[in-house]
Order: sequence, then structure tokens, then C-alpha cells
Amino acid sequence: MAVSGITIPDRSTRVARLDNGLKVVVQEVHTAPLVSVWSWYRIGSGDERPGSTGVSHWVEHMNFKGTTNIPREQMKGIVERFGGTWNGYTWIDQTTFLETAARSALDQMLFIEAERMTNCLYDPDECESERTVIISELQGGENDPDQLLDTEVTATAFRAHPYRHPTIGWLEDLRAISRDELYAHYRRYYVPDNATLVVVGDVGADDVLRAVDRQFGRIPPGDPPPRRRPPEPAQIGERRVLIERGGTTAYLRFAWHAPSATDADFFPMLVLDAALTGAKGLNLWSSFRGAPPQRKARLYTALVEGGLASMVSGALVATAEPFLYGIALTATEGVALPSLEDAARAAIEDVRHDGLREDEVARAKRQLRARLVFESDSVTNIAHQIGYFETVVGPGFLDRVAASVEAVTPEQVADVARRRLARESCTVGWFRPLERRA
Amino acid sequence: MTVAAISGLSPLRHVLSNGANVIVQETAFSPAVTITAALHAGGLYEPDNLTGLAWFLGRVIDRGTAARSADAIAEALDDRGVTLRVSVNRHTMMVSCTCLAEDFEDLFALIGDVVRGPVFPPAEVEKRRAEIVTAIRQDQDNPAVRASEALQQLLYGADHPYGRPGKGTIETVERITRESLAAFHASRFAPSSLSLVVVGEVSQARAIDCASEVFDDWTAAEPADRAVPPIESAATRRQLFIPMPDKSQSDIAYGFVTISRLDPEYYAYWVMNNILGQFGLGGRLAENIRERQGMAYYAFSGFDPSIGPGPLVIRAGVDPRNVERAVGAIDVEVETLGTHGPADQELAETKQFLIGSIPRLLETNQSIAAFLQTSEFFGLGLDHDRRLPGLVEAVTMEQVARAAQALLRPDRAAVAIAGPPVEAA
Repeated sequence: MAVSGITIPDRSTRVARLDNGLKVVVQEVHTAPLVSVWSWYRIGSGDERPGSTGVSHWVEHMNFKGTTNIPREQMKGIVERFGGTWNGYTWIDQTTFLETAARSALDQMLFIEAERMTNCLYDPDECESERTVIISELQGGENDPDQLLDTEVTATAFRAHPYRHPTIGWLEDLRAISRDELYAHYRRYYVPDNATLVVVGDVGADDVLRAVDRQFGRIPPGDPPPRRRPPEPAQIGERRVLIERGGTTAYLRFAWHAPSATDADFFPMLVLDAALTGAKGLNLWSSFRGAPPQRKARLYTALVEGGLASMVSGALVATAEPFLYGIALTATEGVALPSLEDAARAAIEDVRHDGLREDEVARAKRQLRARLVFESDSVTNIAHQIGYFETVVGPGFLDRVAASVEAVTPEQVADVARRRLARESCTVGWFRPLERRA
Repeated sequence: MTVAAISGLSPLRHVLSNGANVIVQETAFSPAVTITAALHAGGLYEPDNLTGLAWFLGRVIDRGTAARSADAIAEALDDRGVTLRVSVNRHTMMVSCTCLAEDFEDLFALIGDVVRGPVFPPAEVEKRRAEIVTAIRQDQDNPAVRASEALQQLLYGADHPYGRPGKGTIETVERITRESLAAFHASRFAPSSLSLVVVGEVSQARAIDCASEVFDDWTAAEPADRAVPPIESAATRRQLFIPMPDKSQSDIAYGFVTISRLDPEYYAYWVMNNILGQFGLGGRLAENIRERQGMAYYAFSGFDPSIGPGPLVIRAGVDPRNVERAVGAIDVEVETLGTHGPADQELAETKQFLIGSIPRLLETNQSIAAFLQTSEFFGLGLDHDRRLPGLVEAVTMEQVARAAQALLRPDRAAVAIAGPPVEAA
């Protein structure tokens, strides 16, 4: 495959579907003696109802705590003996689990994932113990004022759509959810016809498909309920959140309703974000971990080089339904929030009014082209991208990403800036630090 | 046997006429190249009254050179989708980036320019100073950072280079001048202390040609070395509490001064730390604090030896009401491993894990470059990845038990806690 002159090593992908509905994607990558296995479930916090927020994430935690055929104390060690690592995460549209280890561990990894799909134990004592672990996870996040602000801004930007609550859940719900609710959620959504299994690495596709059939073939299909999420009504006026707490540093956030991944606005918006705050790429697992190239980005030059902010970041993530486009700023010590907000507004209004220069759009596209290469540098990252887009967006999307970025025009970028970054559809959040009491 | 075959790296070393070291590892995984340039210019070499000078240099070194303005550097990076990183630790400063293979020469020349000829434009110095002050203020509000920095101080003393905060204090940062930055650069940056590592889709010849072109005519006097000042080993328990009333959770940092990376017992300590606070979710510590007691989302230990004796640091974040219980659980795990050593199966599994994880650690250009820089810094040899399995395999039960017994003594631990005060129950 060649995209604008970059040669990507040809990696053939095999796709299969078992009789029980499980979708399997295998990509052979023979550069290291490794294999990465990811199981993806089409269930996330955006599928939750008030009163049981956080249930998907808690279920993810419980699915590491023993199965009928893998006693709780033996979960740890299976992959490690092959030098492997394992993990999992939950977000608004998906829950996923992974192992990356020596290729010789493939059978063990598939066994773990097959067990996870059907045989997790949900021992009542373990459920209780995990309740306090998750509350600790939530409270650790609250120690970061910027994260606290993000949660409040998101909850304010949405009125009806369940994307409004944090994936970890509200504290009150975490205190109330029962073992039976967890187990019912698990049984409803952890079925082969709601899952995609991705295997990438130094393996033969035929061998993998045979092994997958052995491990998963006998699991009966389920009846996953159709995804029904209340649509978000159009926002007709600016919303604001002010948090005042002890702290040292002021934070500012903007959020606008973003296009879903399949919306025609998505790629123009991605280019717009790259021009405003630097290109991150599209890998939720890895692309947001380091700083993006952003020294020439509009908001960086206006606000960071302008001395008003010490940090600016933007986030547009591919989601199943319209989520948020967020811009986050850290005020430089001594700069008051109103002047930072005014300057940020002015910079954004400039783009809404005049669009971007051609060279800015070209640079943003070049950045994205490079980031798409950087974010696919390991079997783990490649497998993540395949499974993420298969689960969140649907087949074929990932193959079209590079060309879709390339096709974006300056006019499209100006158009999405004008329509989508309007003040009346914006939510603004301030974290204003109070002097700590002695 | 389940350990993956180690195919091994095959890096080439080339020494330039001025003594600079170039190490090149060609890979074919992705059309990208990672470039890293490391120099002996970490916090150890700062004047004792200008803590944070090395950190500050790292923030401003890439904001203007004799040949390129800050804006020209910004444009060169952003046009190619590249983030330049400058990391500073106790001993070294490293300038690095990952770029598309087609941009290799451009980025290598830019890094060369940044390393050799920064000019510290006054406006850039002031902007970066304001950013550092803001970052220090953010650290002051972060219980994890407060606990970790307090622990470093308890372990090494506030004046020791291993005990001071890398960013410095607001007071020292305010005193750093353009002249002190230039003087520090001039005293520490020289070809004899430069280690270049290039990993990616680039031939060895192309990389070496490029390195020669960019660095061959660089001359500078060899920087003076500075030994790590002696560390007084404490024979008593030290504990410090930092009240942070507005926070939801308390952070615990609990640790010891260990050994040098060059100590022959290093591999035994590495294995021991993995058992204590790494294996699986976080070794014995996570098994107790997270899995059995449900007290914390994270509980683990990190082992960070350097030229001098680095720390072993245990970290956990818990409900403020559970601090005592969590510290008690850490005491129990530390004491138990120290007194009884590991179990046979634990030792075997851990060694198997560490050996088996080598291919995973050497999968990406960035991780290979980091591995080669570390090997080079400690003089471990370019074949270190091939020797590493044998070094881990050779670690005996007696060595690990001895390391644990020597180090893991709760009555000699330093403990720092940052979080909301709780009224005595």
C-alpha cells in the first residue's frame, strides 16, 4: 500500500466470522516474535442508564478475577510466563481486553479470552473488594483539577445523551450497584455476536483461525440488545461551569458537539484540530500520550507563545455517535481566566471568520500523515486500531483514513470551523483555584 | 520452554574524529526513524545554588540557534509532524524525536544544530521560565508529585542532586539567567560526552554519513566529571505528612536507597523488585493492597538505580482514612520478603517473565533507541540485549534473598504521604 509516497509494509489481513457471530480479524506481522490478541465488545458507558453508571467499567474489572477454568489466583502468571503484558479498558462505545506476548503464547491468550467471554465468576466478595478499588480510581482522578473540570464540562455539554456521564460512573452509583447487576450486564453483552477478536503478529492466519474456532466455536450466540441511546437535542445557548476549589493553577476548557466518525464533517474537523492544536492521530491507546507537533498551531502560537497559557491541547476522537471536540488550556501562573478565555475566543473566531491559510491546512494534513505511521509501530498498536474501528465505527473505515485526510479541502475546514465552533453550542469550564486554607 | 527466541539487535558503533559516539540500528518495521542525542548534562552537574538549571536548559535549548530562529525550528518540526523531546534526569539530557524515514536528514541536522548552537533568545527564556513556574505550581497541587519529591528528600537530603526536585524551585528558577544557561551548555555539551543513537528504516551508511556531516567539525573541551556526592544511609524510620485538604485521595511514597546500576547485584535487585511490586498488576504489593484488601487502584514499586545508588520507591493511592492500613500492608510485604525471600515458583516465574519480555521491550524504534542509550550510558555493551537473558537466568535464590534482606527493612524506610488530613478515629 502506498499513501502519498510512504511505503507501508504490505500486511495481509484475514477476516472471518464464526457461526456464533464472532468476528475474527488476523493480520500477519513477522518483524518480531510477538503476537497481540485483543477481544472487543460493543458495550461502553454510552450504553448505560442513570442509576447504573460505571457498570461497564466495573464489569471489565471483574473479568480479570477468575473464571470457571482459571482460578482467580492463576489469572496472573499465564501470560507473564511468556514475557507478556495484559490490560483492558472501557470507554463510551467499547470495552476491550488485550495480551501481547511471545508468539508461542497464542493458545493461552485465546483460552483466556474465551474464558473471559463466558466463564467469569463474579464472586460476591470479589465484587465488593473491587467496588472500593474503583472508587479509589475515581478519587485518584479527582485529585487532578483538570480532570475534574473535564468531567463537569462533559456532563454539562450533554442534556440527554448518555455520553454525559463519566465512564468510571458517578460515585453514588458505584456505591449502589449490586453483584447481580454486574453479572446480568456481563451475561447480556459478553457474547460472540457482540464481539470482535483481533490477532496481530508473528503467526499464520490459517493457524490462528483454526485455534480461534477451537476455543470460541462452541460458545452459543447471545442476543445482545440493540443499541438505543436518546439523541442529544441541539444546544441553543452557551453553557458554563465554574469550579472553585483549593489549588494552585487555573484551567480552562471548551467543548463543542463533535461529528461522529462517520459524519462527513469528521475528517475536516480532524484537520481543523491539527491546525488549531497539533495533530495527535487516531489511536486512543497511544496517540494522546505524548505532546503533538504544535509549535505552529494556531492556538499554541496565540496562547502559549502569547504567554497566556502554559499548555494547550485539543481532542477529537472517533466515536459511534456525536461526542465532543474539546480544547483544554492551563493558564500561565499569574494570568486570569477571563483574559485567557477572551484571547482563546478571539483566536477561534478568527478561524471561524477567515478559515485557515492553505499552508496551515497542508501542514495539518502532513502531520496527520506522519502520525498515522507513528501510531502503528507495534503489533499492540496495530491490533488496537483494527479492533477499535471495527467495533466503534464499522468495517472498512481504517483503510480509508489516510485517503480521507488527504481529500480534505481548506473550504471544508473553514466550513466546519464556522458551523461547529459556534459560541451558542459551546460549553465553557473554569477551574479557579482558591488559596488553600492553612 | 516458553521463552521466545531472542533474535538480537545488531547495532553498529562508529566513533567520529572528535570522539562523538554514533550507534545505528536498522529496522524495517515502519517507515520511520528515531533519533536520540544524549549528553552528560543532567541535574548532577548544576551549581548547587541553581537547582533546575538543567531542566530549564532542556526547555529552551530548542528555541533558537545561531543558524535557525525559534520560528524556523517550529516550522521545520511541525511541517514534518515531528515532536522534539528533551528529557532531563539526574545524569543526562537527551534530545530525541521520531520522524518519517524521508525526513531523517532534515531532523538529524536540526538536532545537531540544537545540541551544538543554542543561543537562548531572551524572549524565549522568559516564556519558558513562566511555563516552568506554572509547572512547579501544578506540582505543588499534585499529591503524587508532592509525596514522591518529599520521599526523594527524605532519602537523599534536600541538597543532594538525587534529593532535589528536577524542575528546581520557583525561587531558583527566578534566579536563572540567560548567561547561566549558556554557561551550563558550554560546560557540559561536547563531542566527548555525546552519544547518538539512530534506530529505524535508515541504512547504517546513510546514518553515519549524516552524523559525520553534522558533527565532525564540532570541537569543545571535555566536560569535567562530577562524582555523585556521598549519601548518608539512615538507620531509622523517617515519616512525613503533607496536608492537602482539598484532595480526594492520599498518595503514599515509601522507599529506600538501593545500589548503583553498576553493582554486580543489580540483576538480583531487579528480580526482587519485580516480585515485590511489578509482576502482574504490581507484584506482592498489588496482590495485598489492591486484590485482597480492595484499598487502591494502584500499588506498585519502581527500582531506579543510576551511577550512584538510586531509590526503590513503593507507591499507592488510597482513601485518606486508609493511609495507616495501607502503610501497614506495605510494611508487612516489605518485612515478609525481606525476612523470608521469595518462593521458588515466584522466582522462576519472574525470571521467565523478565527474559521473555525482552522482544516486547525491543519492538519499536523508540524502545530500541532507549535501550541502546541506557546500555551505552552504563557501558553495558552493544550486545547487552543478547547477554541479558543469561544475566537474569544466573540470578540465584540466595542472591535475591540476600538483596531483600539487606534492603527491605521497614524500620529503615522513608515514608512520605500527601493528602487530606483525617481526624483521629
